Amino acid sequence: MNFLANVARSKGDPKIVSSGPSVRTPADRMARALGWFSIGLGTIELLAPHRLTRALGMPGKEGLVRACGLREILAGVMSLSVDKEIGLQSRVAGDGLDLLTLLPGLRFDNPRKGNVVLAILMVGAVTMLDVKGVQELAAQRDAKRGRRLLYPDRSGFPKGIETAKRAARQLPSRAGVS
Amino acid sequence: MRALVWHGKEDIRCDTVTDPEIEHERDAIIKVTSCAICGSDLHLFHNFIPAMMPGDIMGHETMGEVVEVGGGVNGALKKGERIVVPFTIICGECDQCRRGNFSVCETTNRNKALAEKVFGHTTAGLFGYTHITGGYPGGQAEYLRVPYADKTHIKIPDGITDEQALFLSDILPTGWQAAAQCDIEPTDTVAVWGCGPVGQMSIRSALLLGARQVIAIDRIAERLSMAEAGGAITIDFDKESVIERLNALTDHKGPDKCIDATGMESHVSMAQPDTLLDRAKQMFMLESDRPHVLREMIYVCRPGGVISVPGVYSGFSDKVPMGAFMNKGLTMRTGQTHVNRWTDDLVRRIEEGQIDPSFVITHRVALEQGPEMYRVFRDKQDSCVKVVLKP
Repeated sequence: MNFLANVARSKGDPKIVSSGPSVRTPADRMARALGWFSIGLGTIELLAPHRLTRALGMPGKEGLVRACGLREILAGVMSLSVDKEIGLQSRVAGDGLDLLTLLPGLRFDNPRKGNVVLAILMVGAVTMLDVKGVQELAAQRDAKRGRRLLYPDRSGFPKGIETAKRAARQLPSRAGVS
Repeated sequence: MRALVWHGKEDIRCDTVTDPEIEHERDAIIKVTSCAICGSDLHLFHNFIPAMMPGDIMGHETMGEVVEVGGGVNGALKKGERIVVPFTIICGECDQCRRGNFSVCETTNRNKALAEKVFGHTTAGLFGYTHITGGYPGGQAEYLRVPYADKTHIKIPDGITDEQALFLSDILPTGWQAAAQCDIEPTDTVAVWGCGPVGQMSIRSALLLGARQVIAIDRIAERLSMAEAGGAITIDFDKESVIERLNALTDHKGPDKCIDATGMESHVSMAQPDTLLDRAKQMFMLESDRPHVLREMIYVCRPGGVISVPGVYSGFSDKVPMGAFMNKGLTMRTGQTHVNRWTDDLVRRIEEGQIDPSFVITHRVALEQGPEMYRVFRDKQDSCVKVVLKP
């Protein structure tokens, strides 16, 4: 990546020799990974719902799969944004909806029941990652609070506010001046 | 040398990079002695300003000692001199520079064609900012190349310390310009939205320029306490209605002058539903800015009043109430700061002890801690208001 960054530099501008550590936390990285995963899955659901419903033995549910795809993409975009915690929370809620959507596929007469079980296990695993991500981001947010100080003595006026106000009162009015 | 380098959204690193070199005869190189993280750096940190590229060096609040000068500087700077570097790069010769409109210098933006496409016309080159404004390497580094250095500098008298001088680079003249372009009258109430570093400077500037009453609006207790220390009446918008309180403080006339020291990243809260809609649209790139403060200012400002906008906006804002703006006969003044227009006067005021801008510094750390301090400043951890980095 540094090579690409350096290629784009003007001739005399500093170029990267070696990079320091990133300030992205593991929770940030997990949110990004889940965000991209969400966008990828959502795109497949949106563009190829027939293949998915066939694989799951749930024909006629294409509209529902497309709606899930749209929801996945929205949650993915949110997970990639600065408000990643909201993105992951919406993913957890979406995981619940996905499980509810898959459960009817467990009926006895579904020849693809095995695929549905596999899908439920995968959603369950991803849900665990989503929940872990939400918990880590929440812990990160709580750790931020730190000390709280007030600054009642920081006027910025070495001679005091009253002196500053008195000096300002000497200024001529601009009213009527064009 | 070491420098704070942008690698992507929320990813700034302290990298080792090659030293800058003199490229043009009007260049100078300075050894950075102090630099700071600005609120507008956070817009870059969040990747809300387009056209940043991995490898860009951050920082536009910088001062240091001249260590090398190009042949065309013609004695305007000498090795060993202590200077503050204004964040706007100026040629001093174009029509706009001659008018004192330094932030729209017609010469210094090396990506002029891109700026013309985005803004309609070019603006000045800026340090450590988007490639729309030239993509010049910034000053959160050990060394900085200063283009057009014969004009792009502020010499600092011996009696002024680094910490008193550093903010001449941006936040002090920015706050000053915000207040100055309000044309403050002795009877005026000036309301300032946002008590970050620029808001703090705006409050003091409004007071020094003769405002009868200054009102500061924020939700962070430490920032409100600092605003109150500077002579402002404070409104905590988490606890009370801004509009009701402003009306109560002005006999229901509204503030005569309003300053937006918040810009494109207004606080998002359930109590202000428009901010939720803005945030959602911003997330899906349907709107680039969250203009809640602009909306509120237009609504509450006294008819015939002035709205001054030092806060950064990047692109497109929705639902700005132009009907109220027009019918109330308001005037809006805005712009990146014409730093050198104000600095002679401000240096004098610092020397005379009228103002000491170092009051705003809450954190002093080594450059290597810079990446972490972006998060601390962004999240307002540890009562952080302003971070100064020492390379």
